[in-house]
Amino acid sequence: MEHVLGSIGQQVLRALAAVGRVTMYAFLVFAHVLRPPFYLREFKNALFQVGWLSLPVVGLTAIFTGGALVLQIYAGGARFNAEAVVPQIVAIGMVRELGPVLVGLMIAARVTSSIAAEIATMKVTEQIDALITLSTHPFKYLFVPRVLAGLITVPLLVGVGDIIGIFGGHLVATQSLGFNSVTYLQSSYNILETRDVVSSLVKGCVFGGIATLMGCYYGQNSGRGAQGVGRATKGSVEAAAVLILGANFVLTSLFFSV
Amino acid sequence: MIELEQVYKAFGNNRVLRGMTLRVPKGTSTVIIGGSGTGKSVVLKCIIGLLAVDHGRITVDGSDVTVGDRDAFLARFGMLFQGGALFDSMPVWQNVAFRLLLGSQKLSQADAREVAIEKLRRVGLTPDVAHKFPAELSGGMQKRVGLARTIAADPEIIFFDEPTTGLDPIMAGVINDLIREIVVEIGATAMTITHDMSSVRAIADTVAMLHNGVVQWTGPVQDLNNSGDPCVEQFISGSVDGPIEAIR
Ligand SMILES: Nc1ncnc2c1ncn2[C@@H]1O[C@H](COP(=O)(O)OP(=O)(O)OP(=O)(O)O)[C@@H](O)[C@H]1O
Ligand SMILES: [Mg+2]
Repeated sequence: MEHVLGSIGQQVLRALAAVGRVTMYAFLVFAHVLRPPFYLREFKNALFQVGWLSLPVVGLTAIFTGGALVLQIYAGGARFNAEAVVPQIVAIGMVRELGPVLVGLMIAARVTSSIAAEIATMKVTEQIDALITLSTHPFKYLFVPRVLAGLITVPLLVGVGDIIGIFGGHLVATQSLGFNSVTYLQSSYNILETRDVVSSLVKGCVFGGIATLMGCYYGQNSGRGAQGVGRATKGSVEAAAVLILGANFVLTSLFFSV
Repeated sequence: MIELEQVYKAFGNNRVLRGMTLRVPKGTSTVIIGGSGTGKSVVLKCIIGLLAVDHGRITVDGSDVTVGDRDAFLARFGMLFQGGALFDSMPVWQNVAFRLLLGSQKLSQADAREVAIEKLRRVGLTPDVAHKFPAELSGGMQKRVGLARTIAADPEIIFFDEPTTGLDPIMAGVINDLIREIVVEIGATAMTITHDMSSVRAIADTVAMLHNGVVQWTGPVQDLNNSGDPCVEQFISGSVDGPIEAIR
């Protein structure tokens, strides 16, 4: 018994220590945002990589999810003759929950993994050491541009995902379920409050920060060799996904628990 | 002047440096030799501050390397890494001109490219290499690009970690001459790690032999053949028998 408690305690302590380290790391990154130099070229490149190149995967995820959601809610609603509320529920579900969460998870899969692998490879091939000897701070040159790009582009991606998701639902609803196109869109639009949209974008911003930060953190703390890079990549995606889902719960309860 | 006093550095149970002491006077070329895995690369990383020492003191011109303005300190250094450590996300010329583009000088793209091409020429590479990516180059070419990057901003203190490893004898000769030239003409202080004894004779003023975490022998390069030190003698002859174990 004592043994079991001891090992649980150890796990908890280890988890708390990890949270502490990540928090410290986040503070360090943000501290470096405020002090020059700022590497504009790297930042633009990160905007392109994190934001623009993620559009296809975000669009596809959103359109299929919106479509499936309509079918599910229509079938569920039919059980108590509530087919008419499909557009409203799809809009709310997409904007409040599914849009941000799915985009966040796709970003964790696409962006976190690539940042972690890139930075870990740079670390094991001594490119980060080389950067330092060339008087360039890796926080400023590598981490700040990526994290800022995540904070800025992921909410935009979430916004795009929300809209595409609603249109994906609209497509299915009008083409195969016989909904009227105009009334469907009108109902979707009318049900949404400012709070829904703001919560969606805030979630996007937080998830973007988590995803990019985890990529940088795990990459920088990578072990040596190819195995080290592999572990760093895997760990970064796991951590980002779990943190995104955890943060989603916290943010949802902050925004909507009234 | 670079001075190491009783420097200790361990990685876990692996005690790499065990009270190493060494002085490298300004404007001279010191070559560190020693068996593979004895901590030669670690020494350079400790001096430049990439690794923190456990005990002891390292000073450059009298001031401790761990205190003071890091940027000003690093601006005086150039370091060639053993593996080249080129940035694979950018073309060769941007690698070479990295410091000129982003450092305090902030040259224009065109000027920086010109300097990069000139430095590439000095390490025996033609201008058409400038627009390739590191992954498109052979190992020896990558090493030379790394060398060009190291000397691009004309540093006062230069570390070369195995500059001629992987090069053919002619190219090795070119690089040896270049290192010698930088020390004699610009008055730079150089520390070079090499396993190539002809390279040692070509570039060293002073040779230091690292063994068991300390400087086992040090002296002017002329004394290398009659050092009287069994480690150095074994190293020169390449014999399997001697104080340096063949299996480490
Ligand atoms: N970052 C590190 N973490 C853990 N151990 C390290 C690290 N860097 C070096 N070592 C260990 O320190 C020892 C010395 O390494 P170092 O790279 O300095 O050897 P070296 O003398 O340069 O050898 P070579 O001639 O083969 O390049 C090795 O046993 C190595 O495993
Ligand atoms: Mg080495």
